[in-house]
Amino acid sequence: MRRSVIPGFGLSLGITLLYLGAIVLLPLAALILKASDIGAAQLWAILSSPRTLAAIRLTLTMALVATLFNALYGTLLAWVLARYTFPGKRLLDALIDVPFALPTAVAGLALTALFSKSGWFGAPLDALGLQIVYTPLGIAIAMAFTSIPFVVRTVQPVIEDLGSDVEEASRSLGANDLQILSKIILPSIFPALLAGASLAFARSLGEFGAVIFIAGNQPMKTEIVALLAFIRLEEYDYPAAAAIASAMLVMAFVMLIITNAVQAWQLRYLGKSGT
Amino acid sequence: MTAKPSAPVKKDWMVTPVGAGPVTRCVVLGIVAVLTLFILVAPLAVILTSAFAQGVGVFLRNLGDPGTLHAMWLTTITALIAVPVNILFGLAAAWTVTKFEFPGRTLLIALIELPYSISPIVAGVAYLFVYGSQGLFGPLLEQLGIKVMFALPGIVLASMFVTAPFVARELIPLMQVQGTDEEEAAVTLGASGFATFLRVTLPNIRWAVLYGAILCNARVLGEFGAVSVVSGNVRGQTTTLPLQIELLYQDYNVAGAFAAATTLTAVALVTILLKLLLERLSGDERPLT
Repeated sequence: MRRSVIPGFGLSLGITLLYLGAIVLLPLAALILKASDIGAAQLWAILSSPRTLAAIRLTLTMALVATLFNALYGTLLAWVLARYTFPGKRLLDALIDVPFALPTAVAGLALTALFSKSGWFGAPLDALGLQIVYTPLGIAIAMAFTSIPFVVRTVQPVIEDLGSDVEEASRSLGANDLQILSKIILPSIFPALLAGASLAFARSLGEFGAVIFIAGNQPMKTEIVALLAFIRLEEYDYPAAAAIASAMLVMAFVMLIITNAVQAWQLRYLGKSGT
Repeated sequence: MTAKPSAPVKKDWMVTPVGAGPVTRCVVLGIVAVLTLFILVAPLAVILTSAFAQGVGVFLRNLGDPGTLHAMWLTTITALIAVPVNILFGLAAAWTVTKFEFPGRTLLIALIELPYSISPIVAGVAYLFVYGSQGLFGPLLEQLGIKVMFALPGIVLASMFVTAPFVARELIPLMQVQGTDEEEAAVTLGASGFATFLRVTLPNIRWAVLYGAILCNARVLGEFGAVSVVSGNVRGQTTTLPLQIELLYQDYNVAGAFAAATTLTAVALVTILLKLLLERLSGDERPLT
């Protein structure tokens, strides 16, 4: 370690480690300890039960649907904020933060009211024969709402910093808008988009508050993994709760590794293209 | 969360940047406006209209419901404990990883950010295996007669878990950019460590600290998943405001649920307004992340 003249290393490191240890690492260790107590055979039995598998499949699929939607809508939002001037731009920029600032339970309540059969969106959709509340589509909508800012806030700075020299060069060589968009702009923002999308996907996997209001929570049909862990606890089935929560923890770690790899790639990519 | 509004990219040599044609512009802006109206504005509007649907009198009566009032009080107490502790932790953590170089520094930064990627439900379940009756310390705590789970301490601890990175992640990038020169100068001139922090470091990071604290506060007030596991949801005792919203909703008291939801919506809107304000104030420091 390089000696620093600044004092306080021991004290601040001590506080940091103590807090992290007591608040973050101790509970996670206890969870893993509990899950390892169960034994591989029973762990497998819990995780491969039809109800758990259905919940995992549903959570992954709907998180994917929500993330794909956010990749499109989020990129459009980022584009508009970075490239256009228009009245209400500051308001739009502030609105992006609503899903982060609004508690998930409030978001869930509001979305359920909007999409219920008598709601503003639910009534016309019901006339078309489309039901959102208590269906997997409702889950995707709740997940999409809570994770929009991740995509926007990752892509927006990249579009703002986009080097315009390449765009100008290709324009002078006779490229049209569509060619520039598909060959220059989209490849440049793709790493950032992927990074933002993986953050949004990770968040969607663990979302609870917003989803349980709108999902209807029917086993095998509209039950997400987080809810199943919660239900097992309420049934005092602690081994099952520990097993499902550990599986979610592993999924979170996998997503963390993927996100970090994508972000490292994005940084290298930005460095190479010289933007 | 990472960007701030900046001047539009408009280089004078670029006659027609992609998407700048009037038709494309109108179509793209139109799509974004309609989607935003449906996705981001409608939920806020439905909360307010539903809360006041039966008039202000009913709204106020719903807010004055003893269960809701108790939930507000419990939520406030939780924030009053969790937020200051997280500010202290955030300052200590950021000071450690930005003012010193030591082996394991990158790992420590990753650990600080860890709770951000873990589902609150997992955090709640994990806490149960520490302090619950089946947990590591559960039997010991029971003998001592200390109640952590299904009580205020559990709610505070779970809230601390989910918000642990909030202040630190605002400070770390900022303090990394600022470096250590000013502190080194102060210490060399004979200032004590505490005086250096108070007079040199803190003025440079005050808005970022405040911003982190405001975000942390909003999340503590609104935390649902982790708290719903550790609180046990005992009516009138351990229901925080977000849990109270769900209880009222399940009781088919939708107007009551929306009335309770307006208070949290107001906090969210104030949080966003303060963010905008702090972005202006911190203009001479560096944009907030």
